Amino acid sequence: MNPATLYPLAGAFLFATGVYGLLARKHLLHKVISGNFLGSGVFLVLIGLAGRSSAESPDPVPQAMVLTGIVVTVALTALALALIKRYHTATGLTTFDPVDEEQL
Amino acid sequence: MSDRRRLAALLPAIVAAAVLAVIVRAVWSLPPEAEGLSVAVSRVAAESGIDNKITVVLLDLRGYDTLLEVAVLMLATVAVLSLREDRDALYRRISERAAPVLAALTRLLVPLALVVAVHLVWVGAVRPGGAFQAGAVLGAAGILLALSGYARPQWVGRGAMRSALAVGLLTFLGIAMLSIVAGGELLEYPEQSRKTLILVIEVLLTLSIGASLVSLFLSSASEGPKEAGR
Amino acid sequence: MSLLEHLPVLAIVVPLAGAAMAFVTGPRRSALECAATSVLTLVPVLLLAARVLDSGPQRYAVGGWGGPLGIVLLADGTAALFLVLIGIVGMAVTVYAAGYFPTPDEEHPGPGHGLFWTLWLFMWASLNALVLTADVFNVYVCLELVGLSAVALVTLTEGAEALRAGMRYLFASILGAMTYLLGVSLLYASTGLLDMEMLSSALKTPSVASSTGLALMIAALLLKTALVPMHFWLPTAHAAAPSPVSAALSALVVKGSFFVVLRLMLDVMPPGHLGGADTLLGVFGAAAIVWGSVQALVQTRLKLLVAYSTVAQVGYLFLVFPLAGAGGAVLSSAFLGTGVHALSHGLAKASMFLAAGVVLKRFGHDRIADLAGVARRAPVLAATFALAGVTMMGLPPSGGFAAKWLIAGASITSGDWWWAAVVVAGGLLAAAYMFRLLATFMASPGDAPEPAAPLRVVRTEWVPLALATASFLLVFAVPVVTQLAEAGSVLARVGGVAP
Repeated sequence: MNPATLYPLAGAFLFATGVYGLLARKHLLHKVISGNFLGSGVFLVLIGLAGRSSAESPDPVPQAMVLTGIVVTVALTALALALIKRYHTATGLTTFDPVDEEQL
Repeated sequence: MSDRRRLAALLPAIVAAAVLAVIVRAVWSLPPEAEGLSVAVSRVAAESGIDNKITVVLLDLRGYDTLLEVAVLMLATVAVLSLREDRDALYRRISERAAPVLAALTRLLVPLALVVAVHLVWVGAVRPGGAFQAGAVLGAAGILLALSGYARPQWVGRGAMRSALAVGLLTFLGIAMLSIVAGGELLEYPEQSRKTLILVIEVLLTLSIGASLVSLFLSSASEGPKEAGR
Repeated sequence: MSLLEHLPVLAIVVPLAGAAMAFVTGPRRSALECAATSVLTLVPVLLLAARVLDSGPQRYAVGGWGGPLGIVLLADGTAALFLVLIGIVGMAVTVYAAGYFPTPDEEHPGPGHGLFWTLWLFMWASLNALVLTADVFNVYVCLELVGLSAVALVTLTEGAEALRAGMRYLFASILGAMTYLLGVSLLYASTGLLDMEMLSSALKTPSVASSTGLALMIAALLLKTALVPMHFWLPTAHAAAPSPVSAALSALVVKGSFFVVLRLMLDVMPPGHLGGADTLLGVFGAAAIVWGSVQALVQTRLKLLVAYSTVAQVGYLFLVFPLAGAGGAVLSSAFLGTGVHALSHGLAKASMFLAAGVVLKRFGHDRIADLAGVARRAPVLAATFALAGVTMMGLPPSGGFAAKWLIAGASITSGDWWWAAVVVAGGLLAAAYMFRLLATFMASPGDAPEPAAPLRVVRTEWVPLALATASFLLVFAVPVVTQLAEAGSVLARVGGVAP
C-alpha cells in the first residue's frame, strides 16, 4: 500500500475516532481533544491525497488548506479551553451535566 | 445500565463507524495519481519569482483566504479576552522569579527564538517558512518569558497590546485596499512591488500572531506559585 | 475602474476593518465606531443590490486571478437578497444594542469587557463574506468566522447557562466545520477544483469521491443550520444569549449556512446528483416544522418559545429542494417563496427576540405565565409580537403569507401536494403558539407592580416594532424580491418566474 493511500486511511480512522469522542465522552477536555482528532484526521487526508501528484513537489493547494486549517483549529481550541476554564470557575463542573460529573 | 442508556452509548459508535466506512470507500475509489492544481501553480510561481509555491498560494493566489484566516485568529483572541476573569488578566505576573535552571534556559532560548522567527519570515519566500510559523515561535518565546518571570507587565501597555493584536489584520486590509487604489482588484499586487508588499504583510502578521498566542495564554493563565521552584 | 465595481469587497472589508478599529479604540468609543461602520456597510450593500437589479450578477475575481487558482466572489440576486437582509437586521441590532447595554464608563466597560461591538462587527463581516463567496474552501473559513463570533457573542454575559449553551454550540460548530472540510478535501481530490462555477461543470460526470464529499459538506451545513434532527444545540444557545445576539443568530446566522446549502444543491450540483437527497431534505424540513412548532407550544419561557419557533421556520426553507427537481414554474415559485420566507422570517424573528429583550428589561423575567397584562402596560411590545406573529402564522398581507402561498402553490402544481399540507399544518401550529402567547399578553394583569423601566429601554421598543411592521408589509416588496431572485443563477437558468 503506498503512502498516498495509507495516510488518508489513517486520517479517516483519526476522524472517526474524533467523531466518537466528541459525541460519547463526557469530560469537556476530552471533547476538545476529540475535536483536535477531527482536525488532524482531515489534515492527514488532505496531505495524503496531495501526495498523489507526480510533479517534483506535491500539490501546494492542499498544503495551504492544511496551514489555514491548523490556524483555525488553534483558534477554536483556544476558545474552547477558555470557555471550559470559565465554566469551571462558574460551576465547578467539568461536564455538561452534574450527573455525569459523579460518574467520572 | 438501562436499555436507553445503552442505546445512547452505542449511537456515537454507530455514527463513527458509518463515517469511517463512507470516507474509506471514497478514498479507495480515488485514482492513485492526480495533479490537482500543482502545475498551474508552478507556472505562476515561476513568473512571480517566489520559489516557495505554498507561499504563492497562501499570500498571492488565495490571499483572501489568508486574510480571513488572520481575522479568525484575531477574533478568537478577542473572544478569549472577552471571557477573561478580570480586567488586568494580561498584566498579572504569572510567576515572580524563575528557578536558576529555568532562568538560564530562558536567557538562552528567547534570543535564539527571536532570531529563528526573523529567519523563518525571511526565508519563507524560498523554503518552508512564513508568517504563521514565525509567529508561533515568537508566541512560544513570549510565553516562556511570562512563565519564567522575566516579562514585566509594564513592558507593554494596554494600547500597545491592542495595537499589536490588530496591526496584522489592519495592514493586510490596508495593502489589499491599496491594490484597488492602484487600479486593480482587491489583493491584486502591483507587479513591481509584489515581493515587498508580501514581505511587509508577513512581518506585521508575525507580530500579530505572536501577540495573539501570548494573549491567548495569558488571558486564561492562573497565577503561578509565589516562590521560585515550587 | 469605478468604486462601484468593488462594492462586493467593500461589504466585507469595511465591517472587518471596523471590527479591528473598534478593538483598538477601546470600550468607550467602540459603540460609536460601530454605529459609523454599520452605516458605511449598509450603503455599499444597498448600492450593490441596486446594481444587481440593474445589470445582473456581478463577478469579482479577488487578486485578479479568477478560477481555478484564485477566489471569485459572486454577487447575484440571491446573494444580494441575503446581503440586504443581513444589512437591515444588522443595522437594527446595532441601534437596539446601543440602547440595550448599559453605557460604558471607566469602572464598567460593558459586557465582555466592552468587546461586544468588535465581536458584532466581526459577525457582520463574516456573514457578508459567507454570502458573497463562490469558492468552497473560502466557505469553510467564512463558516469558522461566523461560528466563532456567534459562540463568543452567546457567552458574552458569562452566566452558567450561557457558557453551557455556548460550549454546546462550539462543539457542534467544530464537528460541522471539520466535516465540511473533510468533504471539501474529497471534492478537491476528485475534481482538482475549488471554484463553484467550475465545479458545476466538472460535476456533470459524478464520482464516488465527489459525491461523498458533497454529502459530507451538506450534512455539516445541516448541522450548522440546526435542521431537525441536528437541532439540539440551537434552542438553548439562542435563548441564553443576550437578546440582540439572539436576534442576529436566529435571523441571520442560520440563514448563512442555509445559503451555502442553496448554492451547493441548486447551483453547483446538477439536478438529481445526490439521489434522494432532495427528498430527504424536504422530509427533514417537514419534521422541523412539526417538531419545532410542537415544542414551541409547550415552552414556559418566552425566549425558548421564540427559539423553537426558529427551529420550525428553518424547516420551511428546505421544502424548496424536493420541489426543485420538477424544474420550470414549480422551481421558480418555490425558490421565490424560499427567498421571501428567508427575508420575512429574518425580519420577524429578529423583532421577536429584540422585543423579548425589552420584556426582560422591563419585567425582569421571561416566564410567559407571569407576563399577563403586557398588552396594557407595554402596548408597543404587544403590537410587535402580534405583527411578527402574523408573519409566523402566514396571514395576509405579511411576507410569511406570500412565502407560504408561493411554496404551497409550487407543491400543488408539481403534484406532490403533501408539502403544501405541511405548510398549512405549520401555519396552524404557529397560530397555536402565537395565540397562546398573545392571549396571555391580553389577559388582565396580576397584582404585581411593574418595575420602573429606564427611558432608554422604552425607546428601544420602537426598533423591534419597525422590523415587525416591515415583515408584515413585506408582500408589497415581493415584486422587487422577484426581480432579485431572477438575477440569481438558479432562475437565470430556468428563465424567470411565472407571473
